[in-house]
Amino acid sequence: MSATTVTTSRTVSTPERRRKGYDWGLTRTYIAAVVILVWCLAPFYWMVVTAFRDVGFTFDPTFFFTHVTLDNFRTVFDTSLGNHFAQNLLNSFIVAGITTLVALVVGVFAAYALARLNFRFKFAVMGFILGASMFPGVALVTPLFQLFTNIGWMGTYQALIIPDISFALPLTVYTLTSFFREMPWELEESARIDGCTQGQAFRKVILPLAAPATFTTAILAFISAWNEFLIASQLSSDQTKTVTVAIASFAGSQPHVEPYTAVMAAGTIVTIPLVVLVLVFQRKIVAGLTAGAVK
Amino acid sequence: MSTEVPARTRAKAAPKSSRQMPGRESADRKQVTQGRWASVLLLPTLILLAVVIIYPVVNAIIMSFQKDAGLSSSGFFVQGGFAGADNYVHWLAQQCNGVSCPPGTLGSQFWGAMGTTFLFTAITVVLETVLGFWMAVIMARNFRGRSVIRAAVLVPWAIPTAVTAKLWFFIFAFQGIANTLFNTHILWTGSEWPARWAIIISDTWKTTPFMALLILAGLQLIPDEVYEAAKVDGANAWQRFTQITLPLVRPALMVAILFRVLDALRMYDLPAIMTQGANNTTTLSILVVDQIRQGFNSAAALSTITFLVIFIVAFIFVRFLGANAVGAATSSGKK
Repeated sequence: MSATTVTTSRTVSTPERRRKGYDWGLTRTYIAAVVILVWCLAPFYWMVVTAFRDVGFTFDPTFFFTHVTLDNFRTVFDTSLGNHFAQNLLNSFIVAGITTLVALVVGVFAAYALARLNFRFKFAVMGFILGASMFPGVALVTPLFQLFTNIGWMGTYQALIIPDISFALPLTVYTLTSFFREMPWELEESARIDGCTQGQAFRKVILPLAAPATFTTAILAFISAWNEFLIASQLSSDQTKTVTVAIASFAGSQPHVEPYTAVMAAGTIVTIPLVVLVLVFQRKIVAGLTAGAVK
Repeated sequence: MSTEVPARTRAKAAPKSSRQMPGRESADRKQVTQGRWASVLLLPTLILLAVVIIYPVVNAIIMSFQKDAGLSSSGFFVQGGFAGADNYVHWLAQQCNGVSCPPGTLGSQFWGAMGTTFLFTAITVVLETVLGFWMAVIMARNFRGRSVIRAAVLVPWAIPTAVTAKLWFFIFAFQGIANTLFNTHILWTGSEWPARWAIIISDTWKTTPFMALLILAGLQLIPDEVYEAAKVDGANAWQRFTQITLPLVRPALMVAILFRVLDALRMYDLPAIMTQGANNTTTLSILVVDQIRQGFNSAAALSTITFLVIFIVAFIFVRFLGANAVGAATSSGKK
């Protein structure tokens, strides 16, 4: 932005001159950009390097890939030490998937109402939903721990999905509402005037417009449920343990020796799909993340 | 995204919500049908949220006034039943059976955990705001490859906090890369302040991107012409920052800070995994979880206190510091 413009020349600034004037500021911008890049990516890179490094060289500070091996990934899926990582992955998929699905199916109607309709208490409803999204998970864990123990739900999937909905649903409604508000709904009316039925107008005009927004919201909800730790660590059993809980308590071959390389490998497995997803849908995700917070 | 200044957007939206069109009955009727439709569409969400949030909270409040059955610390059996405010007194006054709780028990850790939680919140939010603002200013500039930066900042955000905790635990291991790089021999997770800093640095790494993106979205709403006009009027870069950028980005900034503060106050994953709360890194959330297995009702009182603390902080933010999250979410009308 213009804040960086350093005009070295006193003459009238033609576009070329201005660009020349930019150069010094641009260099500083690039230095700052590299600093940001290293700060954000170096720890992640270190995790991946370690994941592929022989366990005997765990603390080797060489910055590039050395002693490359896939052993750590084999250790991760090895069940002889009491880890059940494949099962944990499946559990995370089930819990995060169903949570996302429920939140979307229920939340899309609320978002439509909040974005498109005028009604009393709109402000109060939005406030309640926002408040719900910031609700501390720890305030749910205690009563739910007792409730689920009493009704024998400990170690079931619903014991994890139900509390996860408490943050995934508000997030979904909140994000979808701001997406829907930005959509050109006039097109629906134009389609009707052009002779479409209401159903056709919805299918051919509104649905294609709403699909990317809904998909982005689904990614955000999925990531938030996938990353959840507190609830899963308290309300899951060995059978329903999710990956985040599994990684936090990953067992190594020797007691009291942290299996760093294996844990980094497990972390890499859990993270890479998210990172790919996020990089592919970068623009949409940023829009979804910041939607509503600023207008 | 609307290009309007937030203050103006709010002003515009005010008459819209209380729209009255005298003499147009059809508009009134439309409003009524819309209201009916809205309640039908909202009902599933509100019912579900009531089930997953309000029911447990009410349950927790009821539990918090019950006695935990079991052996008391002085050795005799205590029946359950109505406890009055005993559980709250237990935590707030750190009283166990009428005397102050012995060191080492959970009861003696309440104010310490409260202090640690607020300490973490204050330091991480300040660091994240300053760093995030700086990142946002850089990302708002026009340069080749800025989309790479914008993509890169999403990486720490996307990594699960549990993985972040393990990753930084490895980085801060005694033989880890942090000690190697800086040629230090610090037992990071072994004593109070190094452990706290390890947690603070991990949290800052993980959540600064979120802050930066929210601030960036706010920066992008400021029209270039405002800067141009200020430059014509002779304002230097610092003046432009303090007189234009800061006031205009303030609404977005306050909402971002509110989000982060509320998130930091419930911090659990990082200290629970990196230190298990050792060396005075126990946050309120960790204390609640530790208490659950020692007595539900006492834990319920503690989680209610935690909830109230967060609620009060949110209230202060919205009421006195002008973090208008709801306004930002509801007010911008259609273009």
